[in-house]
Amino acid sequence: MSARSAILGALALAALALLTFVPRLGNPYYLALAISLLQYTVLATAWGMFSGPTRYVSLATTAFFGVGAYTVAVLGEVLPWPLVLLIAAALGAILAALVGLSTLRLSGVYFVIFTFGLTELIRQLVVWFEVNKSRVLGRYVFVDITQSDIYWQLLLLTVAVFLLGWLIARSRLGFALRVIGEDETVAKHCGIDTTFAKVALFAISATIMTLVGAIMAPRWTYIEPSIAFNSMISFQVLIMALLGGAHRLWGPVLGAVPLTLLFELLSARFPNTFTIILGCIFLLIVYLLPRGVAGLFEKLPAKLRGENIKRVAA
Amino acid sequence: MSASQWRRSKHIREENMTTFLTRRAALLVAATCAATLGLSAIAEAQSSIKIGYAISRTGPNTGGAAVTTIPNYDLWVKEVNAAGGIKLGDKRVPIEVVQYDDRSNAEEAVRALERLINQDKVDFILPPWGTGLNLAVGPTLNREGYPHLAATAVTDRAPELAKRWPNSFWLLGTSADAAKSLVELLSKLRDEKKIGDTVAMVSIADGFGIDLSSAARPALTNAKFKLAYDKSYPIGTQDLAPIVNEIKALNPDVFIAFSYPPDTLALTEQARITGFNPKVFYTGVGTAFPLYRAKFAKNTEGVMGIGGWSGDSPAIKDYLARHKASAANGAEPDRWASAVTYASLQMLQQAIERVGKIDRAAVIKDLQTGSFDTVIGKVKLENNMPTRFWWVGQWQNGEFYGIAPAKNEGARTAIVPKPAWVAP
Amino acid sequence: MTNAILTGLMLGGMYALIAMGLTLQYGVARIMNLSYGEFLIAAAFASHWLFTGWAISPFVGLALVVPLAFALNFAIYKVLLTPLVRRAPNRDALEVDSILATFGLTFVIQGSMLAMFGGAYYSYSYLAFPVQFVGETVAANRLAALGITIVVGLVLYLALTRTRAGTAIRAVAVDPFAAQLVAINVPQASALTFALGGALVAAAGVLVSTFLTFSASSGVVFTMKALIVVVMGGVGNMLGCLVAGLALGLSEALVASYVDPGLTLAVNFALFLAVLLVKPAGLFGRATR
Repeated sequence: MSARSAILGALALAALALLTFVPRLGNPYYLALAISLLQYTVLATAWGMFSGPTRYVSLATTAFFGVGAYTVAVLGEVLPWPLVLLIAAALGAILAALVGLSTLRLSGVYFVIFTFGLTELIRQLVVWFEVNKSRVLGRYVFVDITQSDIYWQLLLLTVAVFLLGWLIARSRLGFALRVIGEDETVAKHCGIDTTFAKVALFAISATIMTLVGAIMAPRWTYIEPSIAFNSMISFQVLIMALLGGAHRLWGPVLGAVPLTLLFELLSARFPNTFTIILGCIFLLIVYLLPRGVAGLFEKLPAKLRGENIKRVAA
Repeated sequence: MSASQWRRSKHIREENMTTFLTRRAALLVAATCAATLGLSAIAEAQSSIKIGYAISRTGPNTGGAAVTTIPNYDLWVKEVNAAGGIKLGDKRVPIEVVQYDDRSNAEEAVRALERLINQDKVDFILPPWGTGLNLAVGPTLNREGYPHLAATAVTDRAPELAKRWPNSFWLLGTSADAAKSLVELLSKLRDEKKIGDTVAMVSIADGFGIDLSSAARPALTNAKFKLAYDKSYPIGTQDLAPIVNEIKALNPDVFIAFSYPPDTLALTEQARITGFNPKVFYTGVGTAFPLYRAKFAKNTEGVMGIGGWSGDSPAIKDYLARHKASAANGAEPDRWASAVTYASLQMLQQAIERVGKIDRAAVIKDLQTGSFDTVIGKVKLENNMPTRFWWVGQWQNGEFYGIAPAKNEGARTAIVPKPAWVAP
Repeated sequence: MTNAILTGLMLGGMYALIAMGLTLQYGVARIMNLSYGEFLIAAAFASHWLFTGWAISPFVGLALVVPLAFALNFAIYKVLLTPLVRRAPNRDALEVDSILATFGLTFVIQGSMLAMFGGAYYSYSYLAFPVQFVGETVAANRLAALGITIVVGLVLYLALTRTRAGTAIRAVAVDPFAAQLVAINVPQASALTFALGGALVAAAGVLVSTFLTFSASSGVVFTMKALIVVVMGGVGNMLGCLVAGLALGLSEALVASYVDPGLTLAVNFALFLAVLLVKPAGLFGRATR
């Protein structure tokens, strides 16, 4: 176990070192691609952080991402940047805590649909407010933030997310969550405050997503609800995390990176048949990689050790 | 063999089948990939002008892009290459196209452009469809010094954006202008005693509807029109009957809807069904679509909408015929942004040919100062915007003619009051 | 007031119609079908093609499209989904797998429709004339769709509660393992129910195409609407589906008429969230866990 941790740690450091070189390549396309990779890595990891251990499938990623982006749209030009980020994070955390407290008693698909409905509700309310109160729909953000600024912020956030995830896994909270994931009733009997644990984790994960939205917003100049609250983000993140394997901290990365690259390759090579090919690949993945990419990596050492992995649903 | 055994063996057969199918699909994908890569390597060797674009082939913008933008890009490339290409100095160079799908997503659109510029090293870029995406890609095109001929964006910030990004050209005008033209037309009709002064207005709760309604609101009140109804509805509303019914009860002289294509059709349908027939019936995006005529046939007569074109001009008639011949299923262009989009491509071509080489800064300069012969007539930009737009069109005898501003060449007189709806 | 209520009923009937197939697919066959809306759009395209190309009325088209959809969905369940059902150790795992698989299917169907019909909007006029109904003028096609919804809903309700096959299906919905113990062929019942759901959504697609404008990429809107209705009504419950659909339609029409059309969708979602908070398993759902 410790050898594996060391290897993983070394791999992570190597990846980080490589990533710091990207802005120096001076190629805006590589930078854009790297931004995209980091964006989805952070979102998927944050998603897996909550949904992996608790097994709640959330479609609220877009809601938090959008709140972050909209905070920048409203405040980006009037307040200093760090303050904007701080406000965005606070909004995300508060929203998540409220939602978490009221909804985490829902289980299974009810939670899935609830989170989706929540996203739409927030979007509708933002639209209604903009239309009737501020009388503009679509805001322009002209802030002085370059592409490499965005990149560095995302890289920093990525490091923070992994550190945080690692710390949580080693804390009492992480242990409590694993017990909840196995059996919530048992967890309650062990004296674990299940509600607190779940809400806390939900809030942490949501705050990270909100920050991603806020950091990404200056890339587009123009923000309107359909751009900020694009529900495809929720689905993409969900698929990436599930593909990678949400039951491991490093699992979602293994889904986010190849899928982002795949989308990029396909939309470039086959703009007309992109969707069909994407769908086929998706189906292939589901049938050939039932446990996500992380499952592939786990299989190998397990075979060497001659153990049987107990199947855990992602 | 027991039933369960049988089922299991059948199941195994099924699984084998699936594996076989999946393997074959994987091979197919690999082969197609390889073929495409090979083709693009060959194309590299030719001397050509590389033109790239990212367009919404999936997602919510697909409907607009498929009607207005994609057929015109295809038509133009086909025609230019059939003529031997774009003239650079004394030789003609064919166009080579690189295209991506932006999935109606701002982030994808920006990244696709960065890819076009840095990886594919394209010479020129054609813009995406829609206001939001054109604004999203503005900074990138500006930073990299590519001309940006936005032919499908309506924004009030256009003059300001043109100043901020001198490489950007806003060919569809501002919503303030649109509202002004409409209100001028209405005022004239009222002066002629053809209509009274009650107006009912609905708008879609999206950039387009909100911009236009907030420009029209003060313009209408200043012109002393009475705004009897003024509400917005969200995107994705599937039944607009309550709105039409309520408005019908108010019996306004003028009905204005700043709507999107599905709602434009639904509002018209509902108005016809409830027999709501105001003297002026004006709907938004989609009124100028050929689909509108296909659906409502005789009932289009007298319907006003945003856009319009000089339907009598020979250039437009010729364009219509070529578009029909080139597009899939003989589709017609819409009567608003389609012709403008095609004209923007003609302008780009003329500017490149005048410069005579791939010099983007010089092409931008030429676009700013030169004058161009296009299907929509002579175009000369002032402050990166045309001086002449069609803002109100009306279906007359199966064609959507421009009727306002009245000073435009080819403007027809409005048919008011609108004829009654007929049974289909 | 009558008018608003009538409009609401027609809209709600449409929502219920859209959702009925999904409540079967999800409630009984346990497949969270994300490609549901694409099937609806595919049926709408089929109807459009039959009507404009062959002058076949959509109601006659139903007789062609619905059996075809039944067969197609049966095949999809047998070929694509059975392996997932077999390999899933529990319901949660199947849910995740079916989300992923049908998400992929969504792309395949949508891509095929884009290749065949392009991305443009489609619409045609059928039964688009006014009729008088309880003193109000309404569109004949919408009224017809409401009528068919009620008939289909009643037939299904009776079939599920009064017949042997219906009882078997309900048993599978409650507990697939226990159902097996009382000699119900669960895989077969699931496949048939999934196909039945597919047939229902095809019927919805044909009916909806007579009055709504659609394009190859508008499927997701219907998937989401259906999911909301299904979950609000209680998964696998026909009656709940009908009540939830009508509640959403009525609230939308009343809000549009008396409050502000801009808030219709927001009120819809708020209503949905409120129901879930008070009754986490939906209006007619059985509490789980």
